[in-house]
Amino acid sequence: MKSLVCISHVPDTTTNIKYTPDGKSLDTTGVTFVIGPYDEYGLVRAIEFKEQTGQGHVTVLCVGGAEVEPTLRKALAIGADAAVRIDGDAVDANFVAKQVAEYAQGKDFDFIFFGKESIATNGSAVPGMVAEYLELPFISQATSLEVKDGVASLHRELAGAYEVLESPIPCVISCQKGLAEWRIPNMRGIMMAKRKPLSAVPAAEVSAAVTTEKLELPPPKGDCQYIDADNAAHLVSILNDKGLI
Amino acid sequence: MSVLLFAEHWNGSFKKSVFEAASFAKTLADKLGGPLHAVVAGDIADEELQKLGQYGVGTTHKAGDARLNTFSDQAFAKVISTAASAIGAKAVVLANTYNGKAAGPRVAVRLDAAFVPGVNNIPEATSEGFTGQRPTNSGKGVETYRTHRAAAVFTPKVNSFGLNEAPVDHSVASLAVELSDADFAVKFLEKVVTSSKVSITEADIVISGGRGFKGPENWNILEDMAGSVGAGTACSKPVSDMDWRPHHEHVGQTGIQIAPNLYIAIGISGAIQHLAGVNSSKNIVVINKDPEAPFFKIADYGIVGDLFDVVPKITAAIKEVKAATA
Repeated sequence: MKSLVCISHVPDTTTNIKYTPDGKSLDTTGVTFVIGPYDEYGLVRAIEFKEQTGQGHVTVLCVGGAEVEPTLRKALAIGADAAVRIDGDAVDANFVAKQVAEYAQGKDFDFIFFGKESIATNGSAVPGMVAEYLELPFISQATSLEVKDGVASLHRELAGAYEVLESPIPCVISCQKGLAEWRIPNMRGIMMAKRKPLSAVPAAEVSAAVTTEKLELPPPKGDCQYIDADNAAHLVSILNDKGLI
Repeated sequence: MSVLLFAEHWNGSFKKSVFEAASFAKTLADKLGGPLHAVVAGDIADEELQKLGQYGVGTTHKAGDARLNTFSDQAFAKVISTAASAIGAKAVVLANTYNGKAAGPRVAVRLDAAFVPGVNNIPEATSEGFTGQRPTNSGKGVETYRTHRAAAVFTPKVNSFGLNEAPVDHSVASLAVELSDADFAVKFLEKVVTSSKVSITEADIVISGGRGFKGPENWNILEDMAGSVGAGTACSKPVSDMDWRPHHEHVGQTGIQIAPNLYIAIGISGAIQHLAGVNSSKNIVVINKDPEAPFFKIADYGIVGDLFDVVPKITAAIKEVKAATA
């Protein structure tokens, strides 16, 4: 299997989000950046295919400036073979999707993996757009992927259910928990990653469809009203009076 | 300046999320001074479609191809964009359900429209497109966005607007869409139901448990309470990681994000990753024995106490109230 794994470079899930005073960007002071947790499911699954069959290739891709390179190196340390950075400011989902589609065009990838969403923008937008640009089948929120006789067999998550699907290869897949287990890179992987190719390619020109005007924190919550544990039933009368139950 | 709603249905029946998306779309259409249309795919009775008229849909365009009875993001995107082009829609609205999220980005590409996912307020029209706000960074921040295309595709968050009836005369028109086998490349084999309970993304009330329950054997305490108010049940990540509860009940940054009217968190300390999945809830009740639990900082109501003592008392009180009003 020849896979392209598209990763996002996002603040660690424990980050206390702060924005710069002009409200234009994230204040990155003291922020640890990681591979998007959902993206990592696709990365590990792609590596597993290579391990199982002893053949194949895993390219990891990220759209961004030089600051995303440590995140790409980490993906190489986990086991990807080559990394590509598309040198551009990921201004919106359409811009990123166009870059990925242009890069993937004609390279005969069997699978193009994404996380089900970026935990930074929560859009779930790029994978479906790439599928549309490349006219490929798309399986969203995949929790299981196997290959048999050249056909992909997948589970796709729904609310309280999942679908069992079969897709021709190539296809685009967005990954949800269950598809694979996260891996921590070992020392050997980290050493090898230093010698693996990481190339930067210029971004294609795409005009922004959506721009961010301002980023701000949500308004603070009011104070918590405490109810005495010995009088817990009082909570019920409050909720009932407010029509909440 | 018309607006198109994708009216998703489940084997011929609508769910609340569609009427909520219709309420959003109708408000937007009124702002633009244009009509609200809807598009449906697959078999659905006209009687069910009439319900859309209650929420302001004047015309529903129906693509009745039997192959559309199972979801295909490719085929559905073709149907939706065909309808949007036919009526010259300035905005296309899909609830951000699993299928809405899958088809929406394709529709945006097909229409060369701006894609604005997970919105939780009504956009304003600008000379260039739209502006508005949406949650970002998993609800830890708010983004003011601006679109730069003639049309935009919005996927409003489920449970963020509520229902707003605006009855109009409703008619059904048939929509011809040329679909090829390639649009159905992904084959549907079966659907496996993993939970028959209330869907937590659509539930008005969600009750959630954490490590404070000490083990799966104590979950009946939570389920009793949920049963007394018809709530959905959820859990924190550690609980799902330890297999006390299935993954599809895990709410949080890497689980399901929910926005119920009432969220009751029991025995959950409120780690930042958990809060990211529930911070859109309209009312939050926290029950925890640790007065320092960070969850109290975003709670509306809090009880510091032992859940094994407090929760059964609350359940009993709810049952009393319900019995008195039944």
